[in-house]
Amino acid sequence: MRKEDVPQDSGVLEDNQVVNYALDDKGNYCLTATAGWAPVNEANRMAWEDIKEQLLQVRQDVTSGKKSPLTYYMTRAQMDVALLSSYSGVARWRVRRHLRPAVFNKLGSELLQHYAQLFGVSVEQLVQLPATDDLPLESGAVDDGEQYE
Amino acid sequence: MSVIDFPHKQAAHCESGATASLLSHAGVPLSEAMVFGIGAGIFFGYVPFVKLNGFPLTTYRSRPGAIFSRVTKNLNCVVKQKRYRNPKQAMVELDQLLERGIVVGLQTSVFWLPYIPAALRFHFNAHNLIVIGKEKDNYLISDPVAPELVWCPAQDLENARFAQGALAPKGRCYYLDQVPGCGNLAQPIVQGIRSVCSDMLAPIPVAGVRGMRLMARSMPKWEQKYGQRRARYCLAQLVRMQEEIGTGGAGFRFIYAAFLQEAATHLHTPQLETVAQDLTSIGDSWREFAVQATRCCKGRAEVSYGDLSAMVADQADREEHLFRQLRALTKQLNK
Repeated sequence: MRKEDVPQDSGVLEDNQVVNYALDDKGNYCLTATAGWAPVNEANRMAWEDIKEQLLQVRQDVTSGKKSPLTYYMTRAQMDVALLSSYSGVARWRVRRHLRPAVFNKLGSELLQHYAQLFGVSVEQLVQLPATDDLPLESGAVDDGEQYE
Repeated sequence: MSVIDFPHKQAAHCESGATASLLSHAGVPLSEAMVFGIGAGIFFGYVPFVKLNGFPLTTYRSRPGAIFSRVTKNLNCVVKQKRYRNPKQAMVELDQLLERGIVVGLQTSVFWLPYIPAALRFHFNAHNLIVIGKEKDNYLISDPVAPELVWCPAQDLENARFAQGALAPKGRCYYLDQVPGCGNLAQPIVQGIRSVCSDMLAPIPVAGVRGMRLMARSMPKWEQKYGQRRARYCLAQLVRMQEEIGTGGAGFRFIYAAFLQEAATHLHTPQLETVAQDLTSIGDSWREFAVQATRCCKGRAEVSYGDLSAMVADQADREEHLFRQLRALTKQLNK
């Protein structure tokens, strides 16, 4: 890649820049700042879209009473039962039970507080679904990825 | 509290960048590319039986931590490393080291670092950064991939150091205790190239060029195996591994070519310059692959999984040729 071909497609990096290795006029490698690259923005957007789709499903499950709101916060933090278990120190089988609304609704305030703190929300927020997902996807900082040819 | 004067330099890759900065601070100015090369950072791996977010683990680099340990070993540095059980103790000891004027490298998870752009904050537990100072409850950090020094609240840093899951850092910190001046880099360079060649040409089905071929063979089956939608996400993940922050472009191929170029001058071996040019052209093809893969992700009809598979197979052939050539060269160099 030549220095002048280093892409400058802003997106996932927001206003930041990272460096790429590229060739200067004499054919020597040098560090060149880049604002991002459209294919990367696109691939990153897809990764968030995947999470968004999962959240949509979880929202339905929570509303219809199949899953507890904890499931939602776990999914939003890109965690699964195993990871949430390591972070919270609660055994996997208990985490799995807490994903069931019947069990979750009876949880003590101490455990709720523990989970809430982990996800950076209050206990009141933890026991219900938030209005928006607040994923980086929706912040509008995404290229449409069409300008690379 | 104190802030240590530190030569912050933005790098392409966090581990080689952090190692290069630590060495420069200790009086051995090496470029990031040189560190990446001596540390044998380039690799390829496709491990279908290890899943990351439900997709096969794919990597374009050596295992996290390998660059740092190889470089410090090959340059005979004395390294102090520690992992912790107790987060509070880990933070107290970090403060004590800073008080003594020692800059400390940390293994962290990007998920918890507030200064990383939100879209990049996934559970990746092997991000390297260097702490150079503290003021009240904020740490001053030289993050190799950030353009400037950044401040990070103590609680966030603690969370990042004690992230859970695969490659959990367990508060790992490291610093250079003694660094002998390295007059002659020839030996470490040749050693670095050799380990890269043996890794890339290893007789293991998931590693190096064989890994590439394994991936090429499985790609046409992805749609069948994962379903149309998941297959696209799988492809997207591949592009991210190759190009998202920290690779320097083309899945570390460009940074390694930069190293070969530098090595050519150091060893007075112009053949290495030719190899560097070949690798640049291979890197350009990886970039093209990323563009085509993204098109396929978006469901454009003109690019199929079969086409992409053929591209990867071709890359495997070219890289095999290149690393065989490189291996032959190192044999000559050692005579």
